[in-house]
Amino acid sequence: MDPKVKIETKNLDFFYGKTRALKSVNIVCAEHMVTALIGPSGCGKSTFIRTLNRMNDVIPGTCVTGDIRLDGEDINSPRVDVVELRKRVGMVFQKPNPFPKSIFDNVAYGLRINDLAKGAEIDDVVENSLREAALWDEVKDRLDENAFALSGGQQQRLCIARALAIRPEVILFDEPCSAIDPIATAKIEDLIMKLKQRYTVIIVTHNMQQAARVSDFTAFMMLGELIEFDKTEKIFTNPANRLTEDYITGRFG
Amino acid sequence: MERHFDEELQSLNEKLLRMARLVEESIALAVRSLKDRNELYAQEVFKREGPINLLDVDVDEECMRLLALRQPMASDLRFITSGMKIGSELERMGDLAVNIAEVSLDLLKVPPIKPLIDIPRMAALAQGMVKDSLNAFVSRDEKLAREVCLRDDEVDSLNNQVFRELLTYMMNDPASINRAVGFILVGRHLERIADHATNIGEDVIFMVAGKTIKHHIEEIRREAAAKAD
Repeated sequence: MDPKVKIETKNLDFFYGKTRALKSVNIVCAEHMVTALIGPSGCGKSTFIRTLNRMNDVIPGTCVTGDIRLDGEDINSPRVDVVELRKRVGMVFQKPNPFPKSIFDNVAYGLRINDLAKGAEIDDVVENSLREAALWDEVKDRLDENAFALSGGQQQRLCIARALAIRPEVILFDEPCSAIDPIATAKIEDLIMKLKQRYTVIIVTHNMQQAARVSDFTAFMMLGELIEFDKTEKIFTNPANRLTEDYITGRFG
Repeated sequence: MERHFDEELQSLNEKLLRMARLVEESIALAVRSLKDRNELYAQEVFKREGPINLLDVDVDEECMRLLALRQPMASDLRFITSGMKIGSELERMGDLAVNIAEVSLDLLKVPPIKPLIDIPRMAALAQGMVKDSLNAFVSRDEKLAREVCLRDDEVDSLNNQVFRELLTYMMNDPASINRAVGFILVGRHLERIADHATNIGEDVIFMVAGKTIKHHIEEIRREAAAKAD
């Protein structure tokens, strides 16, 4: 049985001023699967995932053409409320970026400003989100402490919990482990593999072993183009494209 | 771009080739000791067994090291896993050459049963398969590797022919049984050598193209899928 399509792009182009950063990218991200994007620096992979919840809107002088569909619906249509879109498509960034608030308030923040829960309900969602992010046991006795008191790996899981609290459908990870140590990385990778049961995950990573470990599908990009997209197993054992082969075997020069 | 890793892969390649050369020599010497009825050739086979075994272990350890430390991908990964398997195939071929040499020593002690015709033909075919499977490995030649796999049937049918012929000798003259069994064993060993060459051919196809052809796996999977539906 083929998995359901969650996000699909067609002939997606993206411009920073006159620079064409994405060139006619066609990708299908399957629901409840982890899709990894790999490629050399500047290949457009971060730009690509940022188009999926319109994070690029805030950069002046940029322009998107082509189609991005979330459950078949064009996300760039004027009818789409971008705040609603970002509730459905959450994001976790390269460096942990908790708010200068308590651990509890970080996770509760999205619930409060969106008026998604009240009182004891908030307590439940915060606990569940922290559990889902595999952080609860480490912080349950210190929820009032400032989030900056946590280690880098814990802060990153807190940011994941914060993203989970508003029940997104898709979570975008932009190099989530590049600023944390191997043990914390292993925890987050483990978490990503669990999260896909409930969410659709798209991850940008510089670490090919990480893509190989956590993802079901892998896209290899270069100079704004999608070079190859296939099952992760196929990409890392027998890629079809010479450029993919050269990149993943470290022959790039 | 030349990588340091390429040097390590090259050194693994060289170890496999050194092993292959010793194995090819062993098979040729074993066959020769049988044909020429000369014990010295058999002794040469025994001398090569130790070095082949040593290289087998070396190749295994080297492959393990590269897998653990370099986390190879794509064609590198396929080369290393195939290298491990090819090493084992070569080692088994080396053992079979020793087995032939042992039979040959026994047969030297008694007068020949008949002039050898089919066994040398089998030997030539098997040796040709070994040689070409290794050439396919060296030149990463998928076509040649496939061709080697196809030749296996020929060796199998010659082996059956040898077996049937020797059976008639044994039925006519019970005194020939001992020698006939020796030749039947030689036939069997040569047939096994050809099987190992076929396996190397299959490994080479996987290494070059990433395709698995052994056990006619595509067919088996299709049938299994059809049954499941």
